[in-house]
Amino acid sequence: MNNLKKIEYSLKKRKRQESRFKIYGLLGITSAVTFLCIILSSIFMEGKKAFLSTYIKLEVYFDPDIIYTDNDQKEEDIKFANFQKIIKNSLNSFFPEISDKGELRKLSNFISSSEEENLMRLVLENKQLIGQKVTLWLLASSKIDVINKNPDMELIAEEDRLISNLELNWLNEIRSANNIESNFNKNFFVKADSTEPEQAGIWGSLVGSFFTLFVTLILSFPIAVAAGVFLEELAPKNKFTDFIEVNINNLAAVPSIIFGLLGLAIFLNVMHLPRSAPIVGGMVLALMTLPTIIIATRASLKAVPPSIREAAIGLGATKFQTVTHHVLPLSLPGILTGTIIGMSQALGESAPLLMIGMVAFIVDVPGSFLDSSTVLPVQIYLWKSTAARGFVELTAAGVMVLLSFLILMNGLAVYIRQKFEKKW
Amino acid sequence: MTEKIKIKSKNVNVYYGQKKALDKINLEIPTNKVTALIGPSGCGKSTFLRCINRMNDTIDICRIEGKIIVDEEDIYSTEVDPVLLRAKIGMVFQKPNPFPKSIFDNVAYGPKIHGIVNSDDELEELVIYSLKKAGLFEEVKDRLNDSGTSLSGGQQQRLCIARAIAISPQIILMDEPCSALDPIATAVIEELIDELVKNFTIVIVTHSMQQAARVSQQTAFFHMGNLIEVGRTDQIFSTPSQKKTQDYITGKIG
Repeated sequence: MNNLKKIEYSLKKRKRQESRFKIYGLLGITSAVTFLCIILSSIFMEGKKAFLSTYIKLEVYFDPDIIYTDNDQKEEDIKFANFQKIIKNSLNSFFPEISDKGELRKLSNFISSSEEENLMRLVLENKQLIGQKVTLWLLASSKIDVINKNPDMELIAEEDRLISNLELNWLNEIRSANNIESNFNKNFFVKADSTEPEQAGIWGSLVGSFFTLFVTLILSFPIAVAAGVFLEELAPKNKFTDFIEVNINNLAAVPSIIFGLLGLAIFLNVMHLPRSAPIVGGMVLALMTLPTIIIATRASLKAVPPSIREAAIGLGATKFQTVTHHVLPLSLPGILTGTIIGMSQALGESAPLLMIGMVAFIVDVPGSFLDSSTVLPVQIYLWKSTAARGFVELTAAGVMVLLSFLILMNGLAVYIRQKFEKKW
Repeated sequence: MTEKIKIKSKNVNVYYGQKKALDKINLEIPTNKVTALIGPSGCGKSTFLRCINRMNDTIDICRIEGKIIVDEEDIYSTEVDPVLLRAKIGMVFQKPNPFPKSIFDNVAYGPKIHGIVNSDDELEELVIYSLKKAGLFEEVKDRLNDSGTSLSGGQQQRLCIARAIAISPQIILMDEPCSALDPIATAVIEELIDELVKNFTIVIVTHSMQQAARVSQQTAFFHMGNLIEVGRTDQIFSTPSQKKTQDYITGKIG
């Protein structure tokens, strides 16, 4: 009876311990989820603005006197015509009262400089436009875009604001004429970097990331799987293989920038491969991803029960047949999962790429593995370190794009694991 | 005994690292008979079984001395390819271990890798023949494409037997084939062994003395890495010559 009392007493204590432990766990999870939500929502609130651009409606008069400087009316003339002046005149016709040169320049800064080229292309395609008045929606410049999307910025004192009171008045006049609207920001998805936020896009770095990761995958997957299979299935277990194993595990923990330094020293300085190119970035990231995939490969090979190996060997299969017919197919879901995790790590990696010059300002979408390019995380870093206010939104939008790709890849990894993993 | 000897071991010593697992085993296994290896856990009977088809080669720290002669040939001589040897000596394991593939592919795997068959028809014929031989065909004939792992434990073990006999070995080694099965499935396997022994030489490791008594014609008793006694099964179980054997079969040691 006495013992039972003691147990009863200690039981209360144990139960209290258990409930305390549960509360700690819940607290941990709640705080983690809260922080995640805060981060994601702040990124989303800022980033969603970048998916819209501001457009201003203008009556554009394609003045033949401006387009054709002489009388021969060649295509060359259109290419070198002063479309800036055409835009300025269109704005001026909306605000006829403005005549001061300085004010006119300010006014013409309402429209993105990229529209000059767009108008030129429009005329090149359809020469009938010359001499006509056409109503067009033109892309606003970034500072107008920022003010238009963030109405609270109008309340800031003039000296700290992006635009002066005068410009704000013009903007309000355009607004009251219903000549301004927000529409889908196409530039963001088709352009590469630019000095003007409204013309900058993520596509260039997305393509750069794709080329880089492609090289990474092509190099690291076969090498890592071969190494993992050799170490796990074929190599004798001795001091030497133990040494290799320890080193692979260490490599997985090496800071990624070290791989960048290695790439700089060997791929650029010794092998003289092109700077800033996806092929070099891919090689560097492949070095970084190798240990991850090797470790994943070995773990999933280990998870295949030895009875399967015994069955195959007992039937007279060679070691190689045992591995390729049975062990490798069974461990493939695990290997692929590890590979995708490694790839998404590589996708989010920027430090080693800084070392090999993938941090350059590149306005063209790369067309091959040898072109200069940048990658998603580096593009985000570049935008974040640029002063213009319009890049704040772009930075957040870039993070959103990067995150969606990471979630997509990790989701794919989960799907492969769930779908193809065999139970026995 | 005037019967033909299939397997003969001469002074076989086996070491796992420093530990000696088998000590001077001399054992003769007759053709087309069931030989049961009995003994308490860790006595070396499974080790000996796995020496016969060189499965121990896959264990790095395992070292074998002495000779095992199968059909007048020392299987540990350098001329013998263990892969070829294992095609000649099939094995059924303690835990049923079908490949996570279809029933058909499980049986077809051996013939495929050894290139025994020339056509798909021939392969199908061989698979059906092997499944029939293993007494499994009637139960699975409508679902040959189902996964081998979807079968019950006893069926899985018979599938493993079918898989082993598909490459027509001369010897089948069975390492406690019924230890993971219920009594009914065990009885089916035992009947099957009675049937198979007409065509194959069978060596079976078992923990169950009743099973040894039921299925085998010769019994060898192992203890602490030594072969204590070997003889006709009825004689071992009725009048063992060694005290240890008697103690074991009466349940005093084990």
